[in-house]
Amino acid sequence: MKEKLERIKSEALARIEASDALEKLNDIRVAYLGKKGELTSVLKSMKDVAPEDRPKIGQMVNEAREQIESKLEETRGLLARKAREEQMKKEVLDVTLPAKKANTGHKHPNTIALEEVERIFVGMGYEVVEGPEVEYDMYNFEKLNIPKGHPARDEQDTFYINENILLRSQTSPVQARVMEKQKPPIRMIAPGRVFRSDEVDATHSPSFHQIEGLVIDKHITFADLKGTLAEFARELFGEDTKVKFRPHHFPFTEPSAEVDVSCFKCGGKGCRFCKGSGWIEILGCGMVHPHVLEMCGIDPNEYTGFAFGVGLERIALLKYEIDDMRLLYENDIRFLKQF
Amino acid sequence: MNTALSWIKEYVPDLDVTAQEYTDAMTLTGTKVEGFERLDKNLEKIVVGQITSIEPHPDADKLIVCQVNIGTGSIQIVTGAHNVKTGDKVPVVLDGGKVAGGHDGGPLPEEGIKIKKGKLRGVESDGMMCSIEEMGSDRNMYPDAPEEGIYILPEDTKVGSDAVEVIGMRDVVFEYEITSNRVDCYSVLGIAREAAATFGKEFKAPVVTKTGNNEDINDYLKVTVEDTNLCRRYCARMVKNIKLAPSPKWMQRRLAASGIRPINNIVDITNYIMEEYGQPMHAFDYDLLAGHEIIVKCAKDGDTFQTLDGQVRNLDHTVLMINDGEKEVGIAGIMGGENSKITDDVKTMVFECATFDGTNIRLSAKKAGLRTDASGKYEKGLDPNTAEEAVNRACQLIEELGAGEVVGGLIDVYPVKAKESRVKFEPERINALLGTDIAPETMLSCLEKIELLYDKETDEIVAPTWRQDIHCMADVAEEVARFYGYDRIGTTLPTGEATTGKLSYKLRIEDVARKVAEFCGFSEGMTYSFESPKVFDKLNLPKDDGLRDTVVISNPLGEDFSVMRTLPLNGMLTSLSTNYNRRNKNVRLYELANVYLPKSLPLTELPDERMQFTLGMYGDGDFYTMKGVVEEFFDKAGMHKRPHYDPEAGKAFLHPGRQANIIYNDQVIGYLGEVHPDVLDNYKIGEKAYVAVLDMPAVIPFTSFDRKYTGIAKYPAVTRDISMVVPKNVLVGQIEAMLEQRGGKILESFSLFDIYEGSQILAGYKSVAYSITFRAKDHTLEEKEVTSAMNKILNGLKSMNIELRA
Repeated sequence: MKEKLERIKSEALARIEASDALEKLNDIRVAYLGKKGELTSVLKSMKDVAPEDRPKIGQMVNEAREQIESKLEETRGLLARKAREEQMKKEVLDVTLPAKKANTGHKHPNTIALEEVERIFVGMGYEVVEGPEVEYDMYNFEKLNIPKGHPARDEQDTFYINENILLRSQTSPVQARVMEKQKPPIRMIAPGRVFRSDEVDATHSPSFHQIEGLVIDKHITFADLKGTLAEFARELFGEDTKVKFRPHHFPFTEPSAEVDVSCFKCGGKGCRFCKGSGWIEILGCGMVHPHVLEMCGIDPNEYTGFAFGVGLERIALLKYEIDDMRLLYENDIRFLKQF
Repeated sequence: MNTALSWIKEYVPDLDVTAQEYTDAMTLTGTKVEGFERLDKNLEKIVVGQITSIEPHPDADKLIVCQVNIGTGSIQIVTGAHNVKTGDKVPVVLDGGKVAGGHDGGPLPEEGIKIKKGKLRGVESDGMMCSIEEMGSDRNMYPDAPEEGIYILPEDTKVGSDAVEVIGMRDVVFEYEITSNRVDCYSVLGIAREAAATFGKEFKAPVVTKTGNNEDINDYLKVTVEDTNLCRRYCARMVKNIKLAPSPKWMQRRLAASGIRPINNIVDITNYIMEEYGQPMHAFDYDLLAGHEIIVKCAKDGDTFQTLDGQVRNLDHTVLMINDGEKEVGIAGIMGGENSKITDDVKTMVFECATFDGTNIRLSAKKAGLRTDASGKYEKGLDPNTAEEAVNRACQLIEELGAGEVVGGLIDVYPVKAKESRVKFEPERINALLGTDIAPETMLSCLEKIELLYDKETDEIVAPTWRQDIHCMADVAEEVARFYGYDRIGTTLPTGEATTGKLSYKLRIEDVARKVAEFCGFSEGMTYSFESPKVFDKLNLPKDDGLRDTVVISNPLGEDFSVMRTLPLNGMLTSLSTNYNRRNKNVRLYELANVYLPKSLPLTELPDERMQFTLGMYGDGDFYTMKGVVEEFFDKAGMHKRPHYDPEAGKAFLHPGRQANIIYNDQVIGYLGEVHPDVLDNYKIGEKAYVAVLDMPAVIPFTSFDRKYTGIAKYPAVTRDISMVVPKNVLVGQIEAMLEQRGGKILESFSLFDIYEGSQILAGYKSVAYSITFRAKDHTLEEKEVTSAMNKILNGLKSMNIELRA
């Protein structure tokens, strides 16, 4: 009996070992462990075994069964892994075939540049506000220290609706509007469309965008203006960017300055972007003129502030190396898709 | 404003800088140098030569062979020029040298032209004699140059010396951008004063000497100023026995470098003064002034006047005129009259040197359509105290040049003297504004450089009258900062109370719109706010449509940019058309921009500016694709109610059967549809296009960034499918409204899974199938609950004449 069991066991294990397919394993299970299987039949013939030997034989049968089952399980695992590997070999892809893209749309380069600027100033505690595009002469000029007849009016070819209403030629009127209705401290930027009577060409458009900035508080200094714009330039154009403040004139700021940044293409060595100078002019700024504060209801003896204005298209054209402003308003999808 | 460095050096003799140093330093103190041009660019190895003999060329009739003494020896030059003779001194470019241009003028090559010795028709030529064009200039600037041929140098020129120096081209011309507040810097003296301060050198103003014979001008001329507001000062001097001649070379060179063509001594002197002092002058022929008097007063409405350029100008009562005893003889500050202009026969003349009101001159110049160099200066508002010195300087030049006999005395009508401006000296406030710690003495020394002097007694800074831009502490602070150095001021960040950085709510919602549009494949376009009134016809808009009432620009760039848009579609369709025309496929664009709706016309208050979210597309996708984008936006903008669509939108530019108003909470907040085929034709778009417009001010009140979790359903859902035969004129939206209304609390959702019209369905009907899902939040639905809800729905269908499909 014992020999028989040993034989059955070793035979079964050898067959399992030799199996090369999952179905064969099943056949083996049926052949040895099934209702009519060889091991089962040993159990069935227990009645012929002496009663005192039965527990021992029973234990031997169980041991054999366990060994066969565990071998079956182990081999099943091996074969299954092998089969999966075979399957995966058949499933090899040409990973260089084209991707299936979602075809999402693209932002306008102006918007990308604007969001950059907004990100920087919002991070410094500035609120983003807006003002009307069709504006009163009073806000566009008079409250900014540019009375009727002022020569600065000639520098900006303004579109007029009538004597008192015009298309704003700058975003600066938002300064006056904010100062009128809000108490300091004020920290705001105001992006938006502005209009000037310039014929359309590669560098001019009668409609373009500016971003105005304004800070009013106690103890605001020209050094604060310098520090703020230097920080802005580094954020926008890179950590190594240098800024240069040149004296300039704007009727609504005093002192005033124009700001150049070191050319972010050549790092200041001189190239075609900076026309060889190493510097690129990016904005105008200054300390808010005391008359302007006064006209907007803020006491210039108590408060000071600074203001700046950036041309959005100028930033976008420079940063993205766009060589013709007309592209911005044509909306050719082949252009927009590059952003 | 262009000025030669040599002229600046006349008043700042110690100035010794390179062109680049000058450019950088002047720019940093506020006199922006836009660029500079070396007059001797590409002029190399050019010396003064004297022709010692001229022989005909043995093999060429048109050429001659010259022997030329160049100081270090004699060279042979073959030339085709015929204006030279033995003994002439000429500029000679030697072998290996360079000239700036060709002999026929025309644009100058960037690198110049190299000259090498060689043979001309077999005869050696060791160099070249130069024309003024080859030197890079022309007869406008060198009137003594011959029309054709070699530029002959003065007889007293030293042979062998630098010819470039001799003709005044060893010089640099700087171009400045002068800001409108610095009227004084529209003059060589003003810039020289800034240059002296910038480089710490002494500024030497011209010494104006007493001029004139022992006669008295008052015996010759009477001047009356009737309008002293518009003419603050009128100075006049006279010159008799005028000898017209070319002005001296040094004067010609300076004017030419400033871009002014030398004419004759009298004209050149007035131009010279205008450049030197920034003060325009005018010369009248004394013998043509009736009554020998000058009256300054405004014209009368309807007057016409012939200016000295021959044009007839229309005048009105605001235009200030110079009159003689009988008639108008000049438009003040702009241009003199044909009737009194200086001619070659002039014997006696009157020099006018006046201060006219800047604004008036600007407006008059606009009205007359005549902007001159003089009016350009006056417009900025001149210092009346300059006039007297300028006219005396002019008379000094008359005497120096021997251009005539100056009559003694000056007529000076100057009733209200300009006073210097005084500003309290407040060093602490200046430091507080600049964020600096500059010692008061340092400030005063900065100010002193530009003649802003400190009055100890009154503790004030006194600004000379030419500095009309100094009125308050901030103005003084800027002057201090300029010469202390903007670059020496520190960089700090504002301190004080913290503020919250944020976008307005409106901008945040616009950001949602952008994200959704881009997610759905739409790229952002930008189009102009103004357009042609003709676009309303292009868009099929009825003649009486209210959208034709526009905000009109009074001075547009042209009709195409003349009205503010009242709807955003022209921009969108034009952009789609551009893309279609360029064969771009599957184009999807969006724009976020304003329309401008006048509240009343003519405009008395600002128009209603309404932000429009406009989507447009052609190619893949249809009406329902566009509708999907709109609803995607609503979803992301927190608008969770079901929007409704009213096909009676009445948009003339959309397909009549494929358009809808978008209704949310019973309010129209936009529209969408397929573009009308006629409109597609008008925009030359060759395939179907779809647009959607959301009126953001109407949308925003319904938006929200609030989100609330409502739980995930725990109990199973029951789904019932129904298939219906529906009269064609019943809209799916009506069925859905009924489902919503009758489904009760347990109705979770419904979805259309089939719609069909065709052979198996009776004509006039369509087959519509819905899958309806019921679910309760708190228990498993019982059969009878679902049946009851379904019965209500089926009754509803019956009342709409809808039958279930067998």
